[in-house]
Amino acid sequence: MNIVVCVKQVPDTATERKLRSDDKTLDRDAADGVVNELDEYAVEEALRLKEAHGGEVTVLSMGPAKATETIRKALAMGADKAVHLHDDALHGSDALGTSYAISQALKKIGFDLVILGSESTDARTGMLAAMLAERLGAPQLTLARKVEVEPKGGTIRVERITDYGYDKVEASLPAVVSVVEKINEPRYPSFKGIMAAKKKPVETLGVADAEIAADQVGLASSWSEVVDFAAAPPRAAGTVIKDEGDGGAKAAEFLASKKFI
Amino acid sequence: MSEILVLVEHVDGDVKKVTFELLTLARSLGTPAAVWAGPGYSDAAKARLAEYGAEKIYVAAADEIGDYVVAPKAEVLAHLVAERSPAAVFVAATGEGKEIAGRLAVKTDSGVISDAVGVGEGFVAEQSIFGGGVNVRSRVTKGTPIITVRPNSTAPVAAAAAGAEEKVEVALSDAARAARIVERVVQEKGARPELTEAAIVVSGGRGVGSGENFAIIEKLADTLGAAVGASRAATDAGWYPHQFQVGQTGKTVSPQLYIAAGISGAIQHRAGMQTSKTIVVINKDAEAPLFEIADFGVVGDLFQVVPQLTEEIEKRK
Ligand SMILES: Cc1cc2nc3c(=O)[nH]c(=O)nc-3n(C[C@H](O)[C@H](O)[C@H](O)COP(=O)(O)OP(=O)(O)OC[C@H]3O[C@@H](n4cnc5c(N)ncnc54)[C@H](O)[C@@H]3O)c2cc1C
Ligand SMILES: Nc1ncnc2c1ncn2[C@@H]1O[C@H](COP(=O)(O)O)[C@@H](O)[C@H]1O
Repeated sequence: MNIVVCVKQVPDTATERKLRSDDKTLDRDAADGVVNELDEYAVEEALRLKEAHGGEVTVLSMGPAKATETIRKALAMGADKAVHLHDDALHGSDALGTSYAISQALKKIGFDLVILGSESTDARTGMLAAMLAERLGAPQLTLARKVEVEPKGGTIRVERITDYGYDKVEASLPAVVSVVEKINEPRYPSFKGIMAAKKKPVETLGVADAEIAADQVGLASSWSEVVDFAAAPPRAAGTVIKDEGDGGAKAAEFLASKKFI
Repeated sequence: MSEILVLVEHVDGDVKKVTFELLTLARSLGTPAAVWAGPGYSDAAKARLAEYGAEKIYVAAADEIGDYVVAPKAEVLAHLVAERSPAAVFVAATGEGKEIAGRLAVKTDSGVISDAVGVGEGFVAEQSIFGGGVNVRSRVTKGTPIITVRPNSTAPVAAAAAGAEEKVEVALSDAARAARIVERVVQEKGARPELTEAAIVVSGGRGVGSGENFAIIEKLADTLGAAVGASRAATDAGWYPHQFQVGQTGKTVSPQLYIAAGISGAIQHRAGMQTSKTIVVINKDAEAPLFEIADFGVVGDLFQVVPQLTEEIEKRK
């Protein structure tokens, strides 16, 4: 089975994240880049499926030069090879542009299964998997907390989390899956894995290589724009008291003062 | 004024509150038209939608629409966008709502804005990003603006309208029938308000210690008419079902009041609750990061503080 995992480099949520004042896009230089957490769950699931059914795991990441750090991490976890979609023309692409560029790269790579995280910590659109399914005409098996594949019959079953519990969903391969963090516990790269990752092949694709129409990607071609932005006014400092036996009563007084009770 | 399509969120035939919020918002910018997709439509639903300002109700009630993941609803909306050229499409920013919006954007070659907390003149959307640190105003520049709006962003206000029904027949494509729902598993729901809709949410975390102990969280919630939430630590431990998880990979809530007991305030948890209007934190560790965004905090043992709070509220009733 040929599995492609989409992995995104995002600014570390522990550091201060900013938008650039010049073009109002995410300032990717201001913060350390890390693997989007949920994408580690996606990589883990891909590795488990490969271990169970055989095949190959390819990491696909669209991002600037420094995204190679993220790609190496996924390779160190155990993925076999990687494709880095990297071109200045891609800078500033919105969700539609990104989904188009990634779908073109996926067509070039070929796949039985594409696995994504269900959301990135920076853009937080939670839309990419659905958009890819739409563009690729492949079944959408998103928000999965459990994935089962029968490669022989070419079928896949997932449990999709819902507002009321979960849905059991069935489809035929090839398919697009996104995972939630309930699905597994991602492994840490071993020392051996880290060393091996250095030698694994990473192919760089530009816009022309992936047959991406330049007028469909990048900031200038985006379908949406940031009008303006500002730091949120800080929350007014609250009152924190130490419980002296009347903490609950004090909290009730606070709620009463705010007319909640 | 031109039409604004509002996709109706419904469960078991009941219209969810967020739909009334979206209709209220749509009314300030155009003529609201509700779009019902899937089975369960009834006169009661019609009456509710009209009560909250739906001039038109497009009804695509084929059972089939509910049998497959997301794609059929996007096809219904795409059909209406092509037929009616609405000024905009509003969808609730739930997990599924965002996915519907994403597919619709691809189908109609239109821009999409995710998780707006407000929408103004010219369909300029307000978003709160980076854990609430930055406020952004953004807008769609190509196609029909498709905007997903966070529940609890607007107060729903009734305003009777015609609610003129129009049946919509959409022949689903094969692609829309690719991911079949073979079973829906409903886990305990209870009588409490829905988490994303509730005006008050009381959440418990690892500090609660066990599933049985969640009874004290529920008790406080019930005295306030609140919904119960949980941190990932609590859902992973099996103390509370996962659909009650608040946070990045759980629900995003934006209630008037959020009370957190025994929750440290990891960034992933904050991502789901930081736009709450008032935040009360109970934690025995004075260094817990959630205190940083608390309007009122009690450093203490939740097993003392929460029951006392519950009792005080009962007394004041
Ligand atoms: C990909 C990913 C997604 C995630 N998504 C989410 C998400 O959606 N939602 C979420 O919540 N987390 C999420 N997390 C997990 C998050 O990082 C934290 O691990 C989690 O929020 C911690 O839960 P907690 O605060 O209940 O537990 P802890 O961090 O262990 O905090 C427990 C707190 O309880 C206090 N306490 C203990 N006993 C008492 C007592 N008797 N009285 C008062 N206080 C007490 C302690 O002082 C402590 O502050 C995610 C993580 C990852 C990697
Ligand atoms: N630039 C990118 N490169 C590779 N994968 C991405 C990229 N952006 C988003 N993804 C994938 O899409 C998922 C959802 O992201 P988003 O729609 O931005 O919330 C992520 O968890 C990744 O798996």
